[in-house]
Amino acid sequence: MVDVDFVNAIILLLNYIFVPALAYGSQLALGAIFVTLIYGILRFANFATGDMMSFGTMFVILFTWYFQSAGINLGVFPTALLAIPFAIIFMVGYMLIIDKFVFKYYRTKKSPPVQLAMVSIGVMFVTQAVVRIIIGPSDRRFFDGEKFLIKAGEFKEMTGLNEGLAIKSTQVITIIITLILVSTLFWFLNKTKTGKSMRAYSDNEDLALLSGIDPKKIVMTTWVIAGILATIGGALYGLDKSFKPFTYFNNMLPIFAAAIVGGIGNPFGAFLGGYVIAFSEILLTYAYKKFFMYVLPESIEPDGLVQLLSTDYKFAVSFSILVIVLLYRPSGIFKGKVL
Amino acid sequence: MRNNLNVIAAYSIMMGLIILVGIFQSWNIALSIFNLCLISAVMTMGANIQWGYAGLINFGIMGFTALGGLAAVLISVDPVQEAWSAGGSNILLSLLLIITMVLVVRYILKNYKKSKNRTYIVASIIILGIVIIRFISEPGIEAIENVEPAKTGFLGGLGLPIIFSWIVGAFFAGGLAFVIGKVALGLRADYLAIATLLISEIVIAIIKHEDWLTRGVKNVIGLKRPAPYEVNLQQTDWFIDLVEKFNSTKLNLITDLAERQAALNQLVIEGSSVFVKLCYSGLFLVVVIILLILTQKALYSPWGRMMRAIRDNEEAANAMGKNVVKQHLLIFVLGSAIVGIAGAMLVTQDGLFTPGSYRPLRYTFLIWVMVIVGGSGNNFGAILGGFVVWFLWIEAAPIGLYLVNLTTAGLDDTHFLKVHLIESVPYFRFLMMGVGLLVIMRYRPKGILPEKIEIK
Repeated sequence: MVDVDFVNAIILLLNYIFVPALAYGSQLALGAIFVTLIYGILRFANFATGDMMSFGTMFVILFTWYFQSAGINLGVFPTALLAIPFAIIFMVGYMLIIDKFVFKYYRTKKSPPVQLAMVSIGVMFVTQAVVRIIIGPSDRRFFDGEKFLIKAGEFKEMTGLNEGLAIKSTQVITIIITLILVSTLFWFLNKTKTGKSMRAYSDNEDLALLSGIDPKKIVMTTWVIAGILATIGGALYGLDKSFKPFTYFNNMLPIFAAAIVGGIGNPFGAFLGGYVIAFSEILLTYAYKKFFMYVLPESIEPDGLVQLLSTDYKFAVSFSILVIVLLYRPSGIFKGKVL
Repeated sequence: MRNNLNVIAAYSIMMGLIILVGIFQSWNIALSIFNLCLISAVMTMGANIQWGYAGLINFGIMGFTALGGLAAVLISVDPVQEAWSAGGSNILLSLLLIITMVLVVRYILKNYKKSKNRTYIVASIIILGIVIIRFISEPGIEAIENVEPAKTGFLGGLGLPIIFSWIVGAFFAGGLAFVIGKVALGLRADYLAIATLLISEIVIAIIKHEDWLTRGVKNVIGLKRPAPYEVNLQQTDWFIDLVEKFNSTKLNLITDLAERQAALNQLVIEGSSVFVKLCYSGLFLVVVIILLILTQKALYSPWGRMMRAIRDNEEAANAMGKNVVKQHLLIFVLGSAIVGIAGAMLVTQDGLFTPGSYRPLRYTFLIWVMVIVGGSGNNFGAILGGFVVWFLWIEAAPIGLYLVNLTTAGLDDTHFLKVHLIESVPYFRFLMMGVGLLVIMRYRPKGILPEKIEIK
């Protein structure tokens, strides 16, 4: 017979570490791919990342409200899923407008990346203002539908274990959508002609232009993909937690960390980087006391919380990982561009 | 001469605007804007040294500002004796252990060749050290935080006059900059920006959550002042006389004695807070002028020319035998130290230290907007940027309100759009900053007062 305590311990870790980290990691991964695409193809660090995500999420919320008031819903699924495609249209439009009026000038002038990064700070301020003026700075929840896939209590009853496993439907939706989106993206980048030319452009701009690739098309495709990623990533984060412009701005930091840890310019690295950051944040700040109570015999149970770092340092963890990666492997774990 | 005329014109317009605020709003508001403009100017000078002279991007300004503020607390607050006796020895022991650990690691890194074994040994020393330090410091920290948590709960400071903290703040920030510089300066520009941004977040996280040192989010209030207190001023005779003299024409119009006294009291209360702000302005002005003289001297010295050479062409400067890495580190430390001074000044002026208020938007990105808008590489430009941007940052709400009222004049007062827009007036400042930055970068990429390169 399997030791019940051991199963309990596993369920505990699944419930408090694995599932939340997987969901959070997926959200970060989408943001990190966004950063990495813009860095790889448009060649600048986009400091407006968080705010662009909040801009897309804002439209998701507005459409969700509209659908709710019109009485349209998706039953057990959140209405926001229906709103996302419409929000993406607005988001992509906004990004193309920004590109036309702001970034294009510097791109055609071949300004150094630093200048583009500075310009993105201007975009950050403007986007932030627009979001706050339209929807306000306060916390918004726009989740509806069935909240839990498995409730802790039901799970306990079903299995007879001490520990419950609660899986929120938003977590499952996040993971599934991320997987679909990311696999489509990789298929697009690796198999289609446009995707291949995007990668060629990222690798060597001059050579790509020489072989007849249209830079305008590449740039536009990049913004479209970026818009889709930003809107979906932002909406999933907002569904799972809540939408607040300030939090989104702050999320830019772990997203950057994920992109760089994975190797900036490398979409697959960014995807995994998101999970690296999420898991290390949660693993290092979780209090393992209960886990050890299950696993160890009573005589040597720990007194303290067995927490490596207090949860206050959650953000600090990902930034420290970034600093260590920068020191020892500046190209990131999965060999991106050497900076 | 024409260039100087530009500078003089720009500064006179700026001063005129502040005086207009004084006349139309109140002198209190005008002076508090002016004081924060001066502090912003110090910050921009620090950032400008790094960016304008050497082309280093430092997005960690927030962290250095906070460290300067921490210095103000650690210098001026009286030591909490009970906390020291409760946990002081543990803290000191941990500090000693940290220093030994760093020294041992340094020794190993210096004297042994790079190998797998060395890496493992260093890693195990660090991990073991952290475990031991946590084990020792934890009871101490707990004891300290339990000493009257509502009032103190931290070690306190040295109990010295707060003005010393301006220098100590510079050393704190410079020290941190030295460490960051050693780690991150080899990175390419935009990478350095991200790294410094994240490191400054780590600094804030530590300041926020190490309650035994900083009281964390419980804030430290009632710091000592280098200026007199309003309440005391209101009771000193010479000050009352001064106010009376200043307003004699106004007061003489009032014939009723009781009424005259009441009016005088009101004037004294207003005057006292203006006077205190003027004291701060004087102190800050001294700092700004000293720093301006020093930075101008540096800019036109051989050292300044070398920095520009490094900025414009690193390889060429390197080939001419200039130590680029060392000079970058030096200028990174110097610039950050200046930002540290500003951080200490800010806390001195506010009289309180609130770790929760340090946010990258206000303390990093806004400062960068100032540098870019003012004119990077030109100290007068950087200072002007600090003034212009801070002025707009504060006055954006009234201007925004005016604009909203103007554009929605045709709408009913209760129209939802108008109500919504008026509610969101505070956010027009972000819009203004963003649009301002974009316009300046597009049409005047060198800023309002561009860098002038003189070849003599």
